Amino acid sequence: MPAVSKGDGMRGLAVFISDIRNCKSKEAEIKRINKELANIRSKFKGDKALDGYSKKKYVCKLLFIFLLGHDIDFGHMEAVNLLSSNKYTEKQIGYLFISVLVNSNSDLIRLINNGIKNDLNSRNPTFMNLALHCIANVGSREMAEAFASDIPRILVAGDTMDSVKQSAALCLLRLNRTSPDLVPMGEWTARVVHLLNDQHLGVVTAATSLITTLAQKSPDDFKTSVALSVARLSRIVTSASIDLQDYTYYFVAAPWLSVKLLRLLQCYPPPEDASLRSRLTECLETILNKAQEPPKSKKVQHSNAKNAVLFEAISLIIHHDSEPTLLVRACNQLGQFLQHRETNLRYLALESMCMLASSEFSHEAVKTHMETVINALKTERDVSVRQRAVDLLYAMCDRSNAKQIVAEMLTYLENADYSIREEIVLKVAILAEKYAVDYTWYVDTILNLIRIAGDYVSEEVWYRVIQIVINRDDVQGYAAKTVFEALQAPACHENLVKVGGYILGEFGNLIAGDSRSSPLVQFNLLHSKFHLCSVPTRALLLSAYIKFINLFPEVKITIQDVLRSDSQLRNADVELQQRAVEYLRLSCIASTDILATVLEEMPPFPERESSILAKLKKKKGRGNLPVIDDTRRNVNGNVEHAEKTEAPNQVSTPSFTDLLNLNSAPGPGGNLLVDVFSDNAALSSTDVCEENFSRFVCKNNGVIFENQLLQIGLKSEYRQNLGRMYVFYGNKTSTQFLSFTSSLSVLDSFSPQLNMHVKTVDPVIEGGAQVQQILNMECVSDFTEAPVLKVQFRYGGMLQNLAVKLPVMLNKFFQPTEMTSQDFFQRWKQLGAPEQEVQKIFKAKLPMDTEVTKAKIIGFGVALLDRVDPNPENFVGAGVIHTKSIQVGCLLRLEPNAQAQMYRLTLRTSRESVSRRLCDLLSEQF
Amino acid sequence: MSSFQMQFMLLFSRQGKLRLQKWYVPLSDKEKKKITRELVQTVLARKPKMCSFLEWRDLKVVYKRYASLYFCCAVENQDNELITLEIIHRYVELLDKYFGSVCELDIIFNFEKAYFILDEFLLGGEAQETSKKNVLKAIEQADLLQENVDFQTRLFAGVMVPGLASESSGLFQN
Repeated sequence: MPAVSKGDGMRGLAVFISDIRNCKSKEAEIKRINKELANIRSKFKGDKALDGYSKKKYVCKLLFIFLLGHDIDFGHMEAVNLLSSNKYTEKQIGYLFISVLVNSNSDLIRLINNGIKNDLNSRNPTFMNLALHCIANVGSREMAEAFASDIPRILVAGDTMDSVKQSAALCLLRLNRTSPDLVPMGEWTARVVHLLNDQHLGVVTAATSLITTLAQKSPDDFKTSVALSVARLSRIVTSASIDLQDYTYYFVAAPWLSVKLLRLLQCYPPPEDASLRSRLTECLETILNKAQEPPKSKKVQHSNAKNAVLFEAISLIIHHDSEPTLLVRACNQLGQFLQHRETNLRYLALESMCMLASSEFSHEAVKTHMETVINALKTERDVSVRQRAVDLLYAMCDRSNAKQIVAEMLTYLENADYSIREEIVLKVAILAEKYAVDYTWYVDTILNLIRIAGDYVSEEVWYRVIQIVINRDDVQGYAAKTVFEALQAPACHENLVKVGGYILGEFGNLIAGDSRSSPLVQFNLLHSKFHLCSVPTRALLLSAYIKFINLFPEVKITIQDVLRSDSQLRNADVELQQRAVEYLRLSCIASTDILATVLEEMPPFPERESSILAKLKKKKGRGNLPVIDDTRRNVNGNVEHAEKTEAPNQVSTPSFTDLLNLNSAPGPGGNLLVDVFSDNAALSSTDVCEENFSRFVCKNNGVIFENQLLQIGLKSEYRQNLGRMYVFYGNKTSTQFLSFTSSLSVLDSFSPQLNMHVKTVDPVIEGGAQVQQILNMECVSDFTEAPVLKVQFRYGGMLQNLAVKLPVMLNKFFQPTEMTSQDFFQRWKQLGAPEQEVQKIFKAKLPMDTEVTKAKIIGFGVALLDRVDPNPENFVGAGVIHTKSIQVGCLLRLEPNAQAQMYRLTLRTSRESVSRRLCDLLSEQF
Repeated sequence: MSSFQMQFMLLFSRQGKLRLQKWYVPLSDKEKKKITRELVQTVLARKPKMCSFLEWRDLKVVYKRYASLYFCCAVENQDNELITLEIIHRYVELLDKYFGSVCELDIIFNFEKAYFILDEFLLGGEAQETSKKNVLKAIEQADLLQENVDFQTRLFAGVMVPGLASESSGLFQN
């Protein structure tokens, strides 16, 4: 019963492992391990030189401890020592330790590489193999650098032992994967390909993997491998199973090699040479034939190995996609597997068939298995198999079977595992849209989807249904009627309320003629759901209500009452409150014409790839998603319905999701509805103008903003940590600006660092007039963000909103400091810590002019120090940043390189944040 | 189309104890631990009759249980699942032949051998030598090079602690 240990048992190791196994608790285990670590450490440090056996034993113990999941921080050196032992087992343990605990310590890498090099040159095949295994296991760049050029030589040398060739081939493969640039194949290519002819099947097996990897990267260089692979494959598949002796596995001839050869062939298109091509076809036919033969053994290994080759052959057939007979045969074979008693085979058949479904030759053949696949969806007990069935149904779907497949998927969805519901929802949504002949079916399907799996219906899905309904006027009436009916259900999913609210808000008028769905009934129905919904949905409903006011003047009073209620007007949520206030006001003051304009039906959305499809792709990863390929279907004669809908009056429609993203405040010129009435509109919505900001880094006066209506000019003066800015607002029009206000908004992190005080201005600016506003500021500590000036006024009844980033930067609080060369360099050295220096190297954006540069540095606020830098081309400056809390001394050096048109800017201050900010500011100026 | 590449192989017990780990792609220790934890949980939660393949992250996991041990390989999505399953089987055969009716305890106490055998069979995540005879020949040749052979071996049996019944049952018990 006890384990038999072959070779050299290490008694101490066995005792230690037993002890660990006897530990009753994690704590006891850790205690025992720490004891052992202490023991090993003392042995390694002890005066007595350890013999090889002990060293091996301790290294092995460390390895065991590491593999238990504990950290090991010593013993590497001893392991490396073992590499140079002459005793195989010691060497072996040394290599194992290194392979498992790769250490990037460069000294050790050199020593390890040394040991490997010795073994590679030893001409002892067992040592060479150990060394090659180690390289292949570690595969580090350092090893690639050291050995990438030796290994091809070993691989193709005539006197290399077969087992070493095998290791060398796979070692090279590993290095090629990790550092392809270091593995030059050029001169070896032909001889490596020739290994496919080797007598030793083990060598061929290893070489085929290597060649496949290389062929993927440079197919042309390895083209000759196609003929050799076909020849080899042909010999294997036609051999009697005993011919290959030990490479026959459960009566299957060399299954691993066959699979690898078939995979290598998948790097290439079908051979052009006719005889080669027919030989390959013969091979593939033979493999397909064998699948029909009675099994030679009842063992699962036999059928697995045989089918492994079969599935790989089918992959190649699908990859070539050129032999209709083979494709259809493959499909029939897979069809048989669909009902096999082995779960594994059913799984693989479903998976493979997915690929076949996208071939024009076999698509129809795949479709014949639909009932079986649907059945699998209902009866398979393993979720991963059911998932494959869903994938296959999706892949085989076309116009002819879409209704049935979608219906089946919907049925399945009711009981589907939670883990795959969202994906099924996406698939149903895509199929329903893609194959909808009549859009009433589409609308029904999506509403069903929401009913069955509302929680799994992502935003994209219900956005998309609205998008489609808005773009297709033939379905709008039906959609309105259907959502109206669906909303009658006492409990409906919030997603349905969203779709319902949106669609009734747009198209409720289309069903209002029927007294059962009169405007008031519609409104009451929607409003009955209101209180159960989340804020975003309520916000959407409020928009639907204001749309109702436009559509149905008769419910205006009712809706106004609702909007006026405290629960709306004083809602704790700003968004809801704002909507209620604005919509109420809009309904009171706007004329019917304005209302009709503002609340017009949504324009059609621009056509684009379904966002659902994008989501599914993202979810599944491109490789896994069966392609629904239109060209294929076209071959089958089902001409795709062109989905391009005419979209007239497309006035730079913002993207669909933006429009529905009701939580975010609108951008300028975005949503008209909100802009017009945004008396309280969140100012953060306006884009901040930063256009002229950087021009003010080195100067204090100028025009910071100008548009057709308004010009804003600045004059500023600074003294130590205080500053004053005069802001001039010029009305460029002949009309008054009314309700003029301007205020400062400071970004979050900013306020405590800079105190600002703004004097208010007169709310009216006459046409052509200019008013002045004074801003006082105090710099408390160093800062990065600049304050933003928000300006708002009415011009011709339209509210104007703008935001300008004010050029208040840290360097404004500079006081220049003159100093001598000696002082400068002394201080420069004092500020030598890495975090105190910030350096930037950048390309000159403007012509390099010494005088301009000087002026800019002075404008930046520092003293320009002459004759300080030994190089007269360089500029150096010094100054002190004054803040209320501290003063920060600052040295700068700018080194132009006229030839390269580059600058190097170095800033040294005692505070990293200051150095960084100043460097960022100044480096933008040249 | 990628060539066949195994990303890693894990052996763990029904109790979730990791018995062997072989990584063919560079990963940090932290990442390895995370993967192991997740995968052990996932595989142990599966029922006996379920299929041996599962999609996990963007990989395909192929696993099979032998007595008390789960053998679990992660391969790329396009890789051949069945041949991977047989890689596992061949490895178990090699262990079985080497140890003589292998059981979990053999792998616990001779973990280094389990690694050596694996290296002879798979290298860089690819099958290096699929002939059982050749692999064992390589390992046995190495054993011949060893010293202290029998002396240590016999003592070994004496320090055995009684293992769980499952740990000492042969992997090929059925």
